[in-house]
Amino acid sequence: MAEVDREQLLKVAHLARLELREDEVERLGQQLNDILAAVSKVSELDLADVPATSHPLEVVNVWDEDEPRDCLPVDEALANAPEREGSFFKVPPGGAQ
Amino acid sequence: MTGNATIDTLRLTAEGAKDMLERKEISGAELFAAYADAIGERDDELHCYLHTCDDPGGDGLPIAVKDVIGTKGIPTTAGSKILEGYVPVYDATVVERLKSHGLRILGKTNTDEFAMGSSTENSAFGPSHNPWDPSRVPGGSGGGSAAAVSAGLAPWALGSDTGGSIKQPSALCGNVGLRPTYGTVSRYGVVAFASSLDQVGPVAKNVRDCAYLYSILAGRDPRDSTTVELPQPVELPSAEDVKGLRIGVPKELNEAEGIEPGVAAAVRAAIGKLEELGAEVGECSLPLSVEYGMPCYYLIAPAEASSNLARYDGVRYGFRAEAEERLEMYERTRDEGFGDEPKRRIMVGTYALSAGYYDAFYGQAQKVRTVIKREHDALFETFDALVSPTSPTVAFALGARTADPIAMYLSDLLTIPSCMAGLPGLNIPCGLSEGLPVGLQLVGPQFGEAVLFRIGHVLEQALGFDVVPERLR
Repeated sequence: MAEVDREQLLKVAHLARLELREDEVERLGQQLNDILAAVSKVSELDLADVPATSHPLEVVNVWDEDEPRDCLPVDEALANAPEREGSFFKVPPGGAQ
Repeated sequence: MTGNATIDTLRLTAEGAKDMLERKEISGAELFAAYADAIGERDDELHCYLHTCDDPGGDGLPIAVKDVIGTKGIPTTAGSKILEGYVPVYDATVVERLKSHGLRILGKTNTDEFAMGSSTENSAFGPSHNPWDPSRVPGGSGGGSAAAVSAGLAPWALGSDTGGSIKQPSALCGNVGLRPTYGTVSRYGVVAFASSLDQVGPVAKNVRDCAYLYSILAGRDPRDSTTVELPQPVELPSAEDVKGLRIGVPKELNEAEGIEPGVAAAVRAAIGKLEELGAEVGECSLPLSVEYGMPCYYLIAPAEASSNLARYDGVRYGFRAEAEERLEMYERTRDEGFGDEPKRRIMVGTYALSAGYYDAFYGQAQKVRTVIKREHDALFETFDALVSPTSPTVAFALGARTADPIAMYLSDLLTIPSCMAGLPGLNIPCGLSEGLPVGLQLVGPQFGEAVLFRIGHVLEQALGFDVVPERLR
């Protein structure tokens, strides 16, 4: 299996919104390759005709009446916010991407 | 303390405590205080708890709750710096159920960060220690709950299990832990790791307590649409034999490379005991489940984790890093807030789900999962339960596996296959090796908890394992 190189690693980190420090790029890069080498063992099996399992129980869709219910008061919903303004979560402005 | 009765928290079971309360030999306040005293005495050394609570009053039994389970007004960190200071504004459904039975929360127990690990060494707040030997790990991720129960710091506890986080720590600490059938216990209000695998379950000193706590937890929850109603109510086991039960011994789970000789010997002796007690024991095989279970798990669980952990962005709760711009704030918050193991899994999962790799990794792993499920289903046409060691080894030394993530992953080699298939599994202690507990794993068919409780209860009577760690007797 092809190794994940530095460029790919940084791309995956960006997709996951992780700003890795330089020492992490080195360490996690090596570990990621070791782990991918171990898990790619699943490709040894020919499973073309086997369906995928996404859920261990055979469950059917659950429908619920569309009824209004009490929800959290704003102050409780915002109680853990790192920063708030009025009834809003406050975040820094979006920069150029 | 004003009561006349002595409360030995190391030996007292939940059922025993309930009897003492009903006979008015002790008060609810005395019972809670006895555990609080034990925590004060022993938890500096063992570090089972991340947070302890004051007695809320009442006569209910005390209980410890793993810190991935949301508790209204009580900090819930999931062992992560990214949730430091987070105080839920609502209770998880399982906590509501505890409270509706009058149970009182002693505190929140330590866990590997986001329940990712097999030793508690991935906790951002430092590891817990094994009560049998504090230089060793208690297992993980639910090492705090398992160690608390064995050290008399709680009569019982809640754990959560994705690939072995209830069963493996119970094995390493020498107590009883149940991973229930997927879908029988609500996950509403529980910090999500891998949603198609996560299950909450009980940790206890014996099988009857374990079954009783399961009866409190189980049942459909309208707020978790993956839950189902139990086909029949939970009954406490009281059987005295296992006559007529067919118990399978899967070769691959019992002869896997890395199983310590002392572990294999203790489990073999317990299987012999089951035969003496009337069970029909037969060898069987899971040809692909054990060999491919671990790689399958370490694709599916990280893929789901990478999605579930996307919510930790510094916006609505938890830690936020300082930054001028929003994208920078997200990336820095996540880099500073997550420890190494969640980062590894987020990276593996993001990679396995990304365009061009999805079919080869995640899609293929889901097909392997079908194979694992079919292999197990086939065995339950012949057998009522399967038996094996729970962990290949007894408790290992702190630090022994931290440098090598894959060595740590192998701790769950024997618990992962049945988790992938959504099946219930029970750990019971079956003996000692090198002075440390050996855990025996019983796996049943979907909704087969009753047969696991029956076998476990009969076996624990027959084996007479003393659950109090030798150094604390």
